[in-house]
Amino acid sequence: MSQHNIQVTVNGRLHTATVEGRLTLSDFLRVEAGYTGVHIGCEHGVCGACTVIVDGQAVRSCLMLAVQADGSSITTVEGLTAPDGTLHPVQQALRDEHALQCGFCTPGVVMTLAALTSGASKPAARTLLDALSGHVCRCTGYQGIRRAAIKLAGEPGAKK
Amino acid sequence: MSAPQAGTPSYIGRRMPRAEDTRLLTGRGVFVDDIALPGMLHVAFARSPIARGRIRSIDTSAARELPGVHAVLTARDLARFNIDLISFFLVSPSIRIPPLAEDRVLYVGDPVAMIIAQDRYLAEDAAGLVTVDYEEEDPVVTIADARRGSLVHAGSESNVAAASGAEEPDEDLEALLTSAPCLVRHTIRHQRIAQSPMETRGVVVAAHGESELTVYISCQSPQMAARYLSMAFGIPQTGIRVISKDVGGSFGLKVQPWREEIAVVAAGRLLARPLKWIEDRHENLSASNLAREQEIALRIAFDEAGSILGSHVDYDLNNGAYPHGPDSNLAAMMFFWAAHRMPAFGFRARGWYTNTPGLGAYRGPWAIESLARETALDIAARRLGIDPIELRRRNLITKADQPLTTPLGIRLEDITPAECLDLLLQKVDVPAFRAEQAAARAEGRYLGLGITTYIEPTAGSAGISVLSTDVAQLRIEPTGKVSAVLSTHSQGHGTQTTMAQVIAERLGVAFEDVTVYEDDSSRGGFGAGASGSRQAVAGGGASIKAADLLVDKVRRIAAHLLGADPAHVRIQSGRIHVDGAGEKTCSLRELAEIAYGEPERLPAGMEAGLEAQYRYRPPPVTFTSAAHACIVEVDPDTGFVKIRRWVCSEDCGVMINPAVVEGQIAGGVAQAIGTVLLEEAGFDARGNPIAVTYKDYLLPAISDVPDFEYVHASTPSQAEGGFRGVGEGGCIIGPPTLVNAIADALSPFGELAPLELPLTPARILEVIEKRPLSGASPASSPQAGQPSPPSVPHSPPPPVEKPTGTRPTIDGLWKMVLATPMGLQQFTARLAANADLLTGTLQSEMGSQDFTGTIEGNALRWDLKVSKPMPLTLKYDVRIEGDRLTGKVKMGLFGTAKLTGERVPE
Ligand code: FES
Ligand code: FES
Repeated sequence: MSQHNIQVTVNGRLHTATVEGRLTLSDFLRVEAGYTGVHIGCEHGVCGACTVIVDGQAVRSCLMLAVQADGSSITTVEGLTAPDGTLHPVQQALRDEHALQCGFCTPGVVMTLAALTSGASKPAARTLLDALSGHVCRCTGYQGIRRAAIKLAGEPGAKK
Repeated sequence: MSAPQAGTPSYIGRRMPRAEDTRLLTGRGVFVDDIALPGMLHVAFARSPIARGRIRSIDTSAARELPGVHAVLTARDLARFNIDLISFFLVSPSIRIPPLAEDRVLYVGDPVAMIIAQDRYLAEDAAGLVTVDYEEEDPVVTIADARRGSLVHAGSESNVAAASGAEEPDEDLEALLTSAPCLVRHTIRHQRIAQSPMETRGVVVAAHGESELTVYISCQSPQMAARYLSMAFGIPQTGIRVISKDVGGSFGLKVQPWREEIAVVAAGRLLARPLKWIEDRHENLSASNLAREQEIALRIAFDEAGSILGSHVDYDLNNGAYPHGPDSNLAAMMFFWAAHRMPAFGFRARGWYTNTPGLGAYRGPWAIESLARETALDIAARRLGIDPIELRRRNLITKADQPLTTPLGIRLEDITPAECLDLLLQKVDVPAFRAEQAAARAEGRYLGLGITTYIEPTAGSAGISVLSTDVAQLRIEPTGKVSAVLSTHSQGHGTQTTMAQVIAERLGVAFEDVTVYEDDSSRGGFGAGASGSRQAVAGGGASIKAADLLVDKVRRIAAHLLGADPAHVRIQSGRIHVDGAGEKTCSLRELAEIAYGEPERLPAGMEAGLEAQYRYRPPPVTFTSAAHACIVEVDPDTGFVKIRRWVCSEDCGVMINPAVVEGQIAGGVAQAIGTVLLEEAGFDARGNPIAVTYKDYLLPAISDVPDFEYVHASTPSQAEGGFRGVGEGGCIIGPPTLVNAIADALSPFGELAPLELPLTPARILEVIEKRPLSGASPASSPQAGQPSPPSVPHSPPPPVEKPTGTRPTIDGLWKMVLATPMGLQQFTARLAANADLLTGTLQSEMGSQDFTGTIEGNALRWDLKVSKPMPLTLKYDVRIEGDRLTGKVKMGLFGTAKLTGERVPE
């Protein structure tokens, strides 16, 4: 099996590793780097639980190989909270809106919303809701997730 | 019971942010796959690619030789543990359920070998190298196959896994139905459902010597898992520590450890290495126990005014090969008409073994009753020309009708479906909708309204021993902070929040000062965790009772220390106050330090410390009621359904946290939407699963689920605290609500009958275009009005030995165990033979009862009348062999149970 040396910055820390070509980014982040907040729900790109931010883009880490992430900068859900424990605005909105139950889908939802709301201007609610249609939550019926997304959007009162 | 502490902020009823959320939002939850132990190895299973066949040989040599592979195990390697895979009710099944397939495979995905390797990638590589030589046979896939096909379990008497109700039609009921002014027939085929928690099953095991284990497992109750493992392996439960901190949903799937988890625990003991197995989604969708797959044929007779005269249900349920427990879904029949005035009801219900994954639980396992009843009522309303709301009003039991006991023995005291309906109609303007619907139809747009009601038995504590009690252990620590160890368990339920709300309010302390622990079987006592919508009622009740014990103790200590009357002592926000004596005060911490550290300052004779435990048994059953309304628009060109509005009017008693209550309802209704429109775990004719990824098994997305509106009736229950369960309801009432809305929209085109779920666009277009588009109905679908195929006789008694001169000794005392679906019942009977006449006395917890019966060779038969849980005649049919006896007991509607016994030496 092919071995590759990679360098990846995860949540601001540089990780160097020798990985097999077939190792998924999700397994690298969970097992090698220790960021178990990256959740694996399907391993085929449908559920969104494994979403992380790679160089500013929300990415399904189960569909990317660790070697493909060589040289990139990655943020996982662990990297969003301020050092003093203050929640990221996305995390806070989800908490305020009771947007989670089991919390298994939650890191992925957080990362997609964080990636889309990181810019200077906030996207429209429609944009956020469309992106969230690629996340499966079996627990909540999406009620709180939708409320949180609308809160985080550029036009808070926007109709869905 | 003492009242909540006056003056403390009220927590019960508040939308408190959840204590669990911070760790889960920041990636610091601990799920089973987050556990890593030194030296841990990884497991993958080699699984059967065929649905049925004999294993000629297994060649594991290539797999073993792969570098990084530590072991490849088959059933033979695990045989030494002689594992008993019992049901959730802790009853041994009548079929053999091996953790790994022995000489036969019974479904696609049946685990044949387990590979233990350095990492999961290698383990899966090696699984692909295991070669098995199968002698393939034709599988039994559908219920229709099971009726006529060969036996799924060799040696069993038929493919009937469980049966209840009357085998033969009741002549009076048949006469009533056929002569009624209006007889409505309705048939439904409900698809197989994958519970689909976002976290799959998984287990990590570390064995410590022969009789100790630490097991991390994704489950519905660490206590239940520990008890189950203890029974499966014959290790004392105290030696088994089950840890389950965060669980990514379950919905019935993880109610008990099952074949793979048990195999991993066995292998962990065998190899003495920590092992991890995390189910992947392909395994989860194809080889985990699945749920539903039912066929139901319902008949309801009405008079001209729409009053129900009688009803009959013929019901079949696919149990797969290895169900969690053989099931004919008696609960579905018991509650079918429980909320309605129903003069005459009969049913025949059967569960069938097939060569498919076993039947597991899914939120509201008896939900078929609401689906069948509520969709049939709407069909009847259209037929009778009566408004569907009016038809329900004419037949529902109201508050004024109660208390009453239903013909099936269910005691009703406070159900409120009719009242929930009234509340619902304050929110939904039906006349305005009908006008809008008419106007839309004129434009070629099709709107529909579905309205339904139901009741749900929650927190049942009678007749099922594992569900009877829950325990709360509270401790005010020397710091004054409160820790609570509970037998509840959250897989998203938020019990660390809701139980803390209850405890904080009752104790008079800040919510933030209460921490709830429910993740470790080694602290705390037995309880079944999340099952049967019970945690608010059972866990909440236990928490209240334990808190009240602590409050009482604090009052007595404070009164003693401060020189006051205990009745005047209050705890408020963690401080002790004495009414009318403002200067007499101390903190809970000061008091706790004394209680633990200076017991000599306590009232004479009082036990030191500030700890209390209460094991609470809720009322036998606590009913939750609801009425829902849904408005849809069906696109007649595409067959797509758009849900425009959904209103839930629910009576779940006193709400601990309305946000949690609404979350439970919303999650259930979203699953209902999936059931009606999207999800199907189907099989082809060879038993191959056809939906093994989330690209084929379609789950509702945010775009499929509307905003839900809620009305809460909040009638306090009889349980401690007034709570009622709410975990399953949305998934029970949701499907018929949506089906009825779609059927109402399509009514200009015809009926949605027979109803086959899911209602894909193709199926809906079939109604609109009156031509088949979705392929032929499965051969197994019962058709309305057609007689059911002849029944397979279930459980014929073993042949009677010809009477010979030497009859076995009958006289004496016998110890007997009856394996009912709800648990084992033990009793003794003293038997005496007098020629062919048997006399006896049966002695059980319920008292003693005399009987007489007959003797024919070694066969004894007698009848026994019982009054609990309802009036029944139990028919015993027993064979004696030496000092042992075996046989069957027919329990009327409850089906047949196995009896075993042995002579008590005297
Ligand atoms: S695990 Fe990556 S999308 Fe599901
Ligand atoms: S909160 Fe459980 S899957 Fe979303």
